[in-house]
Amino acid sequence: MLAGNTAFSPSSYESIATVTVGSGGTSSISFTSIPATYSHLQVRCMARSSRSANAGYGVMSYNSDTGNNYSYHSLYAQGTAVAGDNASNVFYQTLIYFPAASRAASIFGIGVVDILDYANTNKYKTVRVVDGYDSNGSGELAAQSGSWRNTNAITSITFTEYNGNNFVEYSHFALYGIKGA
Amino acid sequence: MAITYEPIATTTLSTATASVSFSSIPQTYTDLLIIGQLGQSASNNSVRYRYNSDSGTNYSYIYMKGVGSGVGSGTEANATSGYITETSGDGGLNCIFKCNILNYTNTTTYKTLITRSGRASELVDLVVSMWRNTSAITSITIAQGASFPTNNLISGSTFTLYGIKAA
Repeated sequence: MLAGNTAFSPSSYESIATVTVGSGGTSSISFTSIPATYSHLQVRCMARSSRSANAGYGVMSYNSDTGNNYSYHSLYAQGTAVAGDNASNVFYQTLIYFPAASRAASIFGIGVVDILDYANTNKYKTVRVVDGYDSNGSGELAAQSGSWRNTNAITSITFTEYNGNNFVEYSHFALYGIKGA
Repeated sequence: MAITYEPIATTTLSTATASVSFSSIPQTYTDLLIIGQLGQSASNNSVRYRYNSDSGTNYSYIYMKGVGSGVGSGTEANATSGYITETSGDGGLNCIFKCNILNYTNTTTYKTLITRSGRASELVDLVVSMWRNTSAITSITIAQGASFPTNNLISGSTFTLYGIKAA
């Protein structure tokens, strides 16, 4: 908000569904039957991996497509090092950093995922993500973009733990719809 | 459909001020979002936060930024305040930021925020900062610098706190 302006209250931002992971964890979570009535989608997530390492990764796919039809670019930092990363022809769109079992148990990572024009049937689908976690002086964060080379409308989204581990209890994924005028 | 994204409070400074606080934050939302535009009167300095008036060494952060044609990153552990962004000291309101605080009412996990920010013609910044406390967040104070405050926020600086409610 610019100084002097009135706070904006978007009535066009609606909660569609939320998944909170229960005891025992889960290797993936899905949002299905996503209404095509919005212009954009946003996923706000807080999660942690059961992987025996410092970090795990959440990866996204759409409409149960597990083919190598995705790609991404990432600008990321690990401690005091900044680097870029990319992958083409992979089965997932973006790698979202989450802390894993080697980190203190109460540390969860967060991500905000924007999926633009998801119901459009004339173009490939593009996403942008900011995500990361801090671990008291270390950690990882990233700004990413990704593509799904498919013109179908997105009707479902699946988040999977990349290494086949689980998202642990209390991990939380919330899907929102944003309407256009 | 119920409103899921609504403003809780806005503060716009009419004079230079040491800090801005949002207190008695409702516990009825899932996430919080702070959108701000600000500047400071002295040299470059960080924009910091504290939750629930906690001034202990319970905060940390990692950031990466682009300045001109260069990039960099850094971390701080066991700090007495968390980190949102940084401003310049040219006296202008040239810093804008959008700060997401997820699951702020849960009492199981530490609290993490992620901020995207920019400073006109100078800098773009991404920050993740953690508060090592499992308490629900009931208040947020924002000030300049590690001394909390080191400098004043200048007149015209504005901050809006939003609540986002999941189904």
